Amino acid sequence: MIRLLKRYWLVIRRPSVHYSLGFLTVGGFIGGVLFWGGFNTALEATNTEAFCIGCHEMHDNVYRELQPTIHFSNRSGVRATCPDCHVPHRWTAKIARKMQASKEVWGKIFGTVDTPEKFENMRLALAMNEWRRLKANNSLECRNCHDFQSMDFTRQSPRAQTAHSTSLASGERTCIDCHIGIAHRLPDLSDAHSLAEKHGGPHVLPALVGGTPMEEPQRQE
Amino acid sequence: MRILISIGLAALCATAALAQHIDNARGPVPVMEEHTPPPLQNPDNSDVRRQRAYAMQPPIIPHKIEGYQTDRNANRCMMCHARTRTEQSQAPMISVSHFTDRDGNFLAELSPRRYFCLQCHVPQVPVKPLVENRYIDVETMLRRGGSASTLPGKE
Repeated sequence: MIRLLKRYWLVIRRPSVHYSLGFLTVGGFIGGVLFWGGFNTALEATNTEAFCIGCHEMHDNVYRELQPTIHFSNRSGVRATCPDCHVPHRWTAKIARKMQASKEVWGKIFGTVDTPEKFENMRLALAMNEWRRLKANNSLECRNCHDFQSMDFTRQSPRAQTAHSTSLASGERTCIDCHIGIAHRLPDLSDAHSLAEKHGGPHVLPALVGGTPMEEPQRQE
Repeated sequence: MRILISIGLAALCATAALAQHIDNARGPVPVMEEHTPPPLQNPDNSDVRRQRAYAMQPPIIPHKIEGYQTDRNANRCMMCHARTRTEQSQAPMISVSHFTDRDGNFLAELSPRRYFCLQCHVPQVPVKPLVENRYIDVETMLRRGGSASTLPGKE
């Protein structure tokens, strides 16, 4: 094994015999640009609504449910598409999420949710995945558009004012604690507590279904 | 020919009579014409409790409920109005009558027959009533002496 590695190390260390230094550097640069451009284009292509609803599992279940909600049909014509809420925007987090998504490819190949009944059975687990993620990152994907600093409380209803100026402002609660089921239908919540225990305790559950705050409150400046 | 004309005339008269008939809920548009509905209004979202018109009236909902899910999976109303949620939400708790089944047995939580909140409780929209409302509150009625002759329709 070590001898094999040594052989390859020698090949890599040896100066080029046939190609000039200019060819290797310029060629390497162009190759790098092409590779990175292609990689990024492919990555962005998987980050579009059209790609997400290309599968019937997404098109016939979650996309249908999104359509009557405020994030899809509203007076101002601004729309949140699938990746806006389900894929982190920061590069490293995005790549991490894309790697996790390889499990979704597995699910697609083996038809984990390819009928409405299977989807309905998985709904609680799927919702828990998203709730756990949003509780852990302090609803980052909500806050990419809804900035706490930019909220005008005087334009909110009394209920919203109260909730946002107390629990949200103190960092005790985060968006997903109350705003669950706003883009997709809610799962059967009678069993949510036992599932939460399996996934790490009641703090992964949103407050509206009996969850507790995260262990370390994330304060809003 | 004469019969045809008379049938035609009768049909015309009938249409004219129909056109004269105006339904309050429909507005002053003849039945055979397409009606442009008025624009939708935003429901009351003030969170201010309203007086009930009579003692047993189900209280109305003084907030928006757009997109609230009530099905076998989840009941969005109960996420605030359930007994165990009221401290956090500061919403009024569902009345104790909602815990009894039809035989009068008290249950631990919301009785299934009361599950669909919107069967009794409704949000309010600030629109002009389509028909005149002659409802009189029982308090007013008692103060007036309660005689049927004082009803507005019989004055």
